[in-house]
Amino acid sequence: MKRPSYGAILLGLIPFAGMCFSVSAWDRVYPMVLGMPFNFFWLLLWIVLTPLCMWAAYHLEAWRSSETPHLRQDENP
Amino acid sequence: MTVTPSATALTVIFTIIFLGSAIGFYAGTRHKMSLEQWTVGGRGFGPALMWLLMAGETYTTFSFLGASGWAYSRGGPALYILAYLTLGYVVSFFILPPIWDLGREHGLQTQSDFFRKQYGSKYLGAFVSVVGVAFIIPYLQIQLTGLGIIVEIASFDGIGRTPAMAIAITLLAGFVFVSGVRAVAWVSVLKDILMVLAAVSIGIGVPHIYFGGIGPMFATLARVKPAHLVMPGATNDLGHSWYISTVLLTSLGVYMWPHTFGATFTAKSGDTIRRNAVVMPLYTTSLAFMFFTGFAALLVVPGLSNGDLSLLTIVRQTFPAWMLGVIGGAGALTAMVPAAILLLTASTLFAKNLYRPIFAPAMKDDQVAKLARTMVVVLSLISLYFAIHNSATLVSLLLLGYAGVTQFFPGVVLGLYWRRVTMVGVFGGMIVGVACATFLILSKRDPVVGLNAGFVALCANFAITVFVSMLAPVQASGISERLSESASGSTR
Repeated sequence: MKRPSYGAILLGLIPFAGMCFSVSAWDRVYPMVLGMPFNFFWLLLWIVLTPLCMWAAYHLEAWRSSETPHLRQDENP
Repeated sequence: MTVTPSATALTVIFTIIFLGSAIGFYAGTRHKMSLEQWTVGGRGFGPALMWLLMAGETYTTFSFLGASGWAYSRGGPALYILAYLTLGYVVSFFILPPIWDLGREHGLQTQSDFFRKQYGSKYLGAFVSVVGVAFIIPYLQIQLTGLGIIVEIASFDGIGRTPAMAIAITLLAGFVFVSGVRAVAWVSVLKDILMVLAAVSIGIGVPHIYFGGIGPMFATLARVKPAHLVMPGATNDLGHSWYISTVLLTSLGVYMWPHTFGATFTAKSGDTIRRNAVVMPLYTTSLAFMFFTGFAALLVVPGLSNGDLSLLTIVRQTFPAWMLGVIGGAGALTAMVPAAILLLTASTLFAKNLYRPIFAPAMKDDQVAKLARTMVVVLSLISLYFAIHNSATLVSLLLLGYAGVTQFFPGVVLGLYWRRVTMVGVFGGMIVGVACATFLILSKRDPVVGLNAGFVALCANFAITVFVSMLAPVQASGISERLSESASGSTR
């Protein structure tokens, strides 16, 4: 089975860093943003940023599958 | 003659339910129902239908009543719901396309088919279906309990929860019986429109009516109960380590449910699935409105014994009866659509992957389809029984289910990407994982040292799977041959 490229995996890990592992850095009420507690705002922000990361990963994978298979797979921009 | 508010609300709810069921019955009559058509819609769902099916499965009455319920009763820890759904789609981007490839190549229809194909053991396949069906039951129970709550509140406690659940499950079993997976995707259209409308109107309306907006509502809550808005909220033991372990467990598990895994096979192409994974997280924003409602309810109607009642209680107190009806109807469909898929999947698993391979190898496909339809009725009755006799909160039931189904994750992911994994390793890991999760949760040891019990079980499962697989000499692990065969035959 063909593995996803390292670039795509890295892009997929960004939302995990933002929404999951970093919880103690953003789990606070203040400063309130747009009337919402900071933790709530932060997660909503990442709900919007995640599709951007995955959109980039999608194009990276699409670009890679159009290349010839013998190229090294981690040489992505 | 005056019409009581409960009569108005119930009329609207049942109109919506019947309309939804009618769409379901109609969708089914347009196709001849072979086993392949019934379970995977003839493998021809494009992006739009696929999106509807996946949204239909993911946004259940749990997101409707359970999310607001936890925002009300637990506070901060409920935020895990926003994170895990979003991250679940990220995981799906990487694991679903290769699963789809294998599915098309080998005509797979269920999760258990996948395990049987990858590891070449019908006993492993049968074990996967037993575990899948067992942990689908709490998920079905969530939907039934949700339906019961809706009718109970909309009738101003005039109709008890038990008769309400009995009516709902009858309708449900009816349209699954007739239409299969297509019914589900089409009813999702109505369900999703109503749910988004309901979410936005109550999520904005309720804070606006009582506080003058979402900002002032949060400001009041931060003044009165500042601790409620951060973890561990109203609990003692759901802190940051619980959050991280729970988000990891549940986001890895979103597509490990037999029904979400199976939905992969309805797609027209792997690309459809990847595109879906990119846009689906945006839909999670609609859940934010459920949180607004739950938080507002905490200030306006404090002291409810069960948080799951908070959304509808505040809606009933705030809006006219017809509006309670529309929101109740939307809630009812968000319970019925996923429940239909759960029933469909569990009954197919039972007939195709447990009964036939182990007890009746000579069975023909149409006999399997017939047995699956009978199982729809049996499983409906079992989950109705549990829903009547168990009163856990909706979120706890869901977490129980996730603790179970995520134990499939090591077998799926290592089966796709690690050549040395063996059938014995996966079987052993899964048994340990399921046993460990079940023991920790049923003996009330969850969370364990601040970590989600299901996550602890998942780690044990991974460790055993890898360790046992490493014991086998490289040549003896037959999986590598099968994998390289399927890799060379695969389209990408």
